[in-house]
Amino acid sequence: MTEEKKKIRSLDDLRKIKEKTGDLTSARSEQDKVKIIIGMGTCGIAAGAREIMNAVLKELEVRNLHNVAVETTGCIGMCQNEPLLDVIRPGEPRITYCAVTPPDVSRIVSEHVVNGRIVQDKLFGRAD
Amino acid sequence: MALYRAHVLICHGTGCVSGGAAKVLDAFKEELAKKGLEQEVLVIATGCHGMCEFGPIVVVYPEGTFYSQVHQSDVSEIVEEHLYKGRIVTRLLYREPLTAQKVCHYKEIPFYGKQHRIVLSNCGYINPDNIDEYISRDGYQALGKCLVEMTPEAVVNEMKKSGLRGRGGGGFPTGLKWSFCAATPGDKKYVICNADEGDPGAFMDRSILEGDPHAVIEGMMIGAYAMGSDEGYIYCRAEYPLAIKRLQTAIAQATEYGLLGENILGTGFNFTLHIKEGAGAFVCGEETALMASIEGQRGMPRARPPFPAVKGLWGKPTNINNVETWANVPRIILQGSECFAAMGTEKSKGTKVFALTGKVKNTGLVEVPMGITIREIVFEIGGGIIGDKKFKAVQIGGPSGGCLVDEHLDLPVDYESLTAAGAIMGSGGLVVLDEGNCMVDTAKFFLEFTQRESCGKCVPCREGTKKMLDILTRITEGKGEPEDIDRLLYLGNQIKDASLCALGGTAPNPVLTTLKYFRDEYEAHIFDKKCPAGVCQSLLSYTIIPEKCIGCNKCARNCPVNCIAGKVKEVHVIDQEKCIKCGACMDNCPVGAVLKG
Repeated sequence: MTEEKKKIRSLDDLRKIKEKTGDLTSARSEQDKVKIIIGMGTCGIAAGAREIMNAVLKELEVRNLHNVAVETTGCIGMCQNEPLLDVIRPGEPRITYCAVTPPDVSRIVSEHVVNGRIVQDKLFGRAD
Repeated sequence: MALYRAHVLICHGTGCVSGGAAKVLDAFKEELAKKGLEQEVLVIATGCHGMCEFGPIVVVYPEGTFYSQVHQSDVSEIVEEHLYKGRIVTRLLYREPLTAQKVCHYKEIPFYGKQHRIVLSNCGYINPDNIDEYISRDGYQALGKCLVEMTPEAVVNEMKKSGLRGRGGGGFPTGLKWSFCAATPGDKKYVICNADEGDPGAFMDRSILEGDPHAVIEGMMIGAYAMGSDEGYIYCRAEYPLAIKRLQTAIAQATEYGLLGENILGTGFNFTLHIKEGAGAFVCGEETALMASIEGQRGMPRARPPFPAVKGLWGKPTNINNVETWANVPRIILQGSECFAAMGTEKSKGTKVFALTGKVKNTGLVEVPMGITIREIVFEIGGGIIGDKKFKAVQIGGPSGGCLVDEHLDLPVDYESLTAAGAIMGSGGLVVLDEGNCMVDTAKFFLEFTQRESCGKCVPCREGTKKMLDILTRITEGKGEPEDIDRLLYLGNQIKDASLCALGGTAPNPVLTTLKYFRDEYEAHIFDKKCPAGVCQSLLSYTIIPEKCIGCNKCARNCPVNCIAGKVKEVHVIDQEKCIKCGACMDNCPVGAVLKG
């Protein structure tokens, strides 16, 4: 609250602030969201999972996507295929991508997260 | 605005702060910076989660993982394991007392399962020091709706239709109260928030002010618009420094945004809000005494009528509601009166926040729909009695309320049924008592409080409560007389009828209800000179069982008044004349040879 606040002079102003501030608390919302889960076991980290994480966060920010939960998970035993990245759209199966590189992230987000089309060439399989 | 993938919410209610929550927060910031995660994990301080027993509480989103009793030394593990590697730190998860199972998610905890958090929906969820978070959760939208789309009459009608009743204890219909003040002509009117929560063991209002101050402010503004007022006071006791600090921040931020001040939202509505710190007199929770205190006079009640709606603060029409009542207002406007009226019983709508304390496993703040049973509150939300002892009673409504017993366990909690049972809804204190509590002593505790807090203006309360307390004191000291029970009943009913304000009018309730349900305990004290629960010290005696005593001399060595005689390897004897009944001999005896009775 350090920067100078613009006065709210109408109900429209208030609604605009609400839109702008929506993502302040959206990460805490229990509503159905798309989940991106990144494998952050020792194997994942060694294979570059941190870079994948950074790429995911950057991509979401650039695309202004607020209804996506980014979670981390431990090793699931397929260390040679790390970095692993899973996408779960509400009501759809958990899709696992393997050997993900930062340039792949942009495609996965735009194709799968936004449009629901699985990126076939990076696909490892269904996890459930 | 940067995107944070995870949010770490650290409870900063008074309970958790006492438990070291501020250090936990600092540790999180430090550890996240070490790992380079400070740009992707947001750490914020929130209001109370209600589970004060298990504080400091840390909730991690998006998973909603609920960690309890987090110490600053645990933080690096949470950051390394959970936030960096995605592995939940199971040893810090909350353990459910009923099943001893670890529970991972907030919503799976039975304590929250039976609750219906409306007033508390933001408490523990938003950062109370950031108005933007309140706005992101529909904050001030209800005010906007009222100012732009509704007439003041329509707002009053909406409140009437909702069926909301005063949450401070009286239970008067809020919409009706507003209509009185709205109907009184006057160019200057005041709205007041009564935040003088003084019942021993009650902290509902404090938690709302600490966790969601803007909800109270918004509620007051809606009320002011409906009744034609442009100025308000929040009367908050000085013993709530954190609540006052958060309110000051909230008022400053709302003023900065132009949500307080002149021409609010461009509608021509003006409102200014002040905080008045009270000095902690219980009687100042009574509305006429409260107004006298704001005016700078001694806080003493006066006879009503005239009611504040006609002649209130500085002689102007005034409306007073308590914190929880005001906090309900924005939700009712936003979700509609039908939605609110759909919850609860026929005559008691919505939810009620209770401060659950005493001999239950989960103490804390709970918000439940009206009509829930005492059994559900004590045994399901509260997790049952500590040590699985036998349930004896609940004292509901604090020192103004009464006790409810076994037969009331399935009583639905609403204004009418509680009054019929001799208790009151009160502001929401709920103290659970088990078989180890003496009911005479409990009644004495509450009467001591009201007697001390009596302002002294009217005779029945000033003299009557003193006499009642004298009688109770001598009963607990074994000097009770056979006529004392009748005297208590006579005095109690006289004080109830003749006192000037509700302080005196309700002060005898704990005595009268315990007499109704536990008369045998009073009789045991008076006639048998025994305290069945073993609480009243004067009626206890400690004796050494000769057959069991091994003559180790431990009791004698630990006796602070040297009243135990006996040589090593011989049977010891307690001198009853000198004994101060401290119980040190019993605590130190290795073979259980000391008998209390």
